Amino acid sequence: MSLSTIWVYADAAADKPLTITLELLAKARTLGASSVEAFCGGDATALAATLGAHGAAKVHHVGDLGGQLPGPAVAAAMAAAIGAGAAPDLIMFGMTYEGRDIAARLSVKLGKTVLTNSTDVRVDGDEVVAQTAIFGGNTLVDTAFVGAGPHLAMFRPKSFAAEEGGAAGGELLAVAVPELGAAGAARIIERHVEASSGPKLDEANVVVSGGRGLGEAAKYSMIEDLAKLLKAAPGASRAIVDAGWVPYSYQVGQTGKVVKPTVYIAAGISGATQHMVGMKGSKNIIAINKDKEAPIFGIADLGIVGDVHKVLPKLIEALQARS
Amino acid sequence: MNVVVCVKQIPDPASPGALDPATNTLKREGKLILDESDSYGVEMALQLVGTAGSGEVSLVSMAPNGEVSGLRTALAMGAAKAVLVSDPALQGSDALTTARVLAKAIERLGGADLIITATESTDGYTGTVPEQIAAFLDLPAVTFAKHVVVDGSSLKVKRQTEAGYDDVECPLPAVISVTAGVVEPRYPSFKGIMAAKSKPVDTVTAADLGLSADQVGWAGSGQKVVAVKAAEARAAGEVIEDDGEGYLKVVAFLESLKVI
Repeated sequence: MSLSTIWVYADAAADKPLTITLELLAKARTLGASSVEAFCGGDATALAATLGAHGAAKVHHVGDLGGQLPGPAVAAAMAAAIGAGAAPDLIMFGMTYEGRDIAARLSVKLGKTVLTNSTDVRVDGDEVVAQTAIFGGNTLVDTAFVGAGPHLAMFRPKSFAAEEGGAAGGELLAVAVPELGAAGAARIIERHVEASSGPKLDEANVVVSGGRGLGEAAKYSMIEDLAKLLKAAPGASRAIVDAGWVPYSYQVGQTGKVVKPTVYIAAGISGATQHMVGMKGSKNIIAINKDKEAPIFGIADLGIVGDVHKVLPKLIEALQARS
Repeated sequence: MNVVVCVKQIPDPASPGALDPATNTLKREGKLILDESDSYGVEMALQLVGTAGSGEVSLVSMAPNGEVSGLRTALAMGAAKAVLVSDPALQGSDALTTARVLAKAIERLGGADLIITATESTDGYTGTVPEQIAAFLDLPAVTFAKHVVVDGSSLKVKRQTEAGYDDVECPLPAVISVTAGVVEPRYPSFKGIMAAKSKPVDTVTAADLGLSADQVGWAGSGQKVVAVKAAEARAAGEVIEDDGEGYLKVVAFLESLKVI
């Protein structure tokens, strides 16, 4: 079987496609489909050229949603387009806030399963097979879709490399959002952007993350100081985000950002599965933790069994002396 | 105000997980505990009902065996009653089927003003079930709620986003998924633990909910596992005890990588 059409959900912010959208387009182009198309949950006028350059022959878009949440609105628009004759064999989503909500709503509308947390996908004979890493990434599971498409699959960020290519395209096609009734009743009243300084967490060459081992919120300043000296992005484990020490945007892990920097420094982080999933793809890992049994040492290239309150100040001082 | 909280009973995440080689599903035999992620939803529900001054918190859960120990934890926190959908036929259910079953269980309770879930379970982490439940019940959903207030017949939610958060307003009834940290879960009191032992747990099968065998479990699932293999392991490197000079090792390593 070869695929006819693949849709990639085009997540975007500030008139730019998110990196994961471009990653998924690059992967979609390798699956041998006759048409790779983007589907945007907003107005894609400003995005079409970029999406086209990355291989989207067509860019379906629903226009400005006003304050509507994308989940029910975009799912209904996709289902309506499918009902009207569009026949994507595969719809690819990133594991993002929007992607999750849309794929979930759409799965109920179409009565189709969604494969989540996928890190790879292939066409194998008559089947579309998605791969997922479980148990913190030590086991790989291949799962095939059963029955006819559209198959719905969600992918973790950084599963594929973004790359321009494919035939020039980007033809804009407007899709209407049907009347949603009660399901569409939620409204966004105001959007808030939390500022963060320095390089972006998922793009930085070096990431310095702190965890519960720091002991108290005030000690997170050591992470920020070290990050500044290394031109790194500061990150955090879920434990200290949940505790309110730093904003959610700092979180590295399954429910946070996936990072693959050249160097990842984990300070006072034991290495819960939830965290390791988000950083084990780093090229080099340095761990500092006082518990020598901490799982983080199992994947660290350099592990220092010691108190972060003693090791970090000396490290910061040594780096300051060099700069 | 009546609130239903969807809770999951899972194998202890502190012990390493394993797949059943015959079915390629997560082994769920033995004692199951309340997914810690769900304790936030239970607490949120108790607080909202407390503020409203009337109504109660009910639980719905689904498990292949008749396990109730996790439910008892949530009942001990203060929930009034539970529906447990327990049926061997449920084994192999995908997220879509899980949501279908939970939606039916919520309907069995007569619906609710508000349905609360975690953002994702700790053992399955698909993160799709909350929005799927809402779709089955034709309700609005606000996922990733980090702050929730009920104002008359509507909700005011701070919803986590990629960039920060959005203020969202939503009429009731609705489904919300709450992040860990939305509230601080209480510990069950001794009195609560004793009281939980006699709280009603309505154990039902898929058929009791009007679902046929081909709608649930493996038969109802649109997916099948075709291969399981070990990932290439990341080898551990050098681990040293800090003798006061450990930071020098870090400096040398960073130098070798030309980061400094």
